[in-house]
Amino acid sequence: MIDIPLQMDAEREEAVAGLSVATVGDYIALLKPRVMSLVVFTALVGLVMAPVPVHPVIGFCAILAIAVGGGAAGALNMWYEADIDALMSRTRRRPIPAGRVSRDEALTYGLVLAGGSVLVLGLVTNVMAAALLAFTIFFYVVVYTMWLKRSTPQNIVIGGAAGALPPVVAWASATGGVSLESLVLFAIIFMWTPPHFWALALFKSGDYAKAGVPMLPVVHGLRETRRQILLYTLVLAPLGMAPFFLGFAHWLYAIVSALGGGAMLALAGLIWLRPNEERYPKKMFGVSILYLFALFATLLVEALVTGA
Amino acid sequence: MSEKPDGVTLTPEQARRRRQRNVAMGIALALLVVLFYVVTFVKGPGLAVHGY
Repeated sequence: MIDIPLQMDAEREEAVAGLSVATVGDYIALLKPRVMSLVVFTALVGLVMAPVPVHPVIGFCAILAIAVGGGAAGALNMWYEADIDALMSRTRRRPIPAGRVSRDEALTYGLVLAGGSVLVLGLVTNVMAAALLAFTIFFYVVVYTMWLKRSTPQNIVIGGAAGALPPVVAWASATGGVSLESLVLFAIIFMWTPPHFWALALFKSGDYAKAGVPMLPVVHGLRETRRQILLYTLVLAPLGMAPFFLGFAHWLYAIVSALGGGAMLALAGLIWLRPNEERYPKKMFGVSILYLFALFATLLVEALVTGA
Repeated sequence: MSEKPDGVTLTPEQARRRRQRNVAMGIALALLVVLFYVVTFVKGPGLAVHGY
């Protein structure tokens, strides 16, 4: 166990001496590949659901540009947050706090990818999509990372808008505009984000407190966090069924969203009613990922099957 | 001739990582060239006449 910190120290010393010790994997890690996978998946659903058919090559380029734009936002986030990443157990092994990539390298990398992805999306699809992607990156890096995250416990509520925009960007890539359908997809991810991250914060609040990040449990306590999780889930569960009631999803989606929404509500209720049981927030965190995946996967399947 | 050359001498590990970064960047650039070439055809003659 002891050799890893020693290796990290040696690499940090080499990096300080001006010698890059970064691997290809470090540059991939800067893009936050797990977040990127959610971006790619939700954007793909937005693109496939759009009423205007897109050539597969153009569609591939659009998804690639959106993915790289999301990755660039992740790299710029790590550039700015290197100080607090070094304090939290979950993030201290990231490339910058570990000393393998310098902050300047991450900044340059993020800016080049952000500019390139917006330019490519604009040239390959349309200006509206490019503008929305640029706004998404700006919102995540400037509004969420630089401003909200360290100043308000509502950080992930408002900042969640950045994570909810990829299907809207993809929809705009196909149609050139924004519609009710894409806004509903946005709203589902937007309302899903707070209970998802607050469930994580319930069992990681010590980490956030150590780093001085004003997450809800740190500022307003665990009871208020559990109450907010329940309130947001009460809105999320019916909102998750909106695509069916608005007529752009079918019966399979109605069943999946009802069952998933029911499971989310049950867990939110248990978190509220049984505050001493740590397993429910952990379950909620896992189930919320499954829930969002199930909703979008069903929309994708229905759109592919019905040719919508 | 026995003088030590100026500059930094990389360790084998540093040289290996630099080579891997260079190869990855080369592959990424080559794929982008291919992608832009294909996109030019997909967008069709309208791209040359009307712009994007």
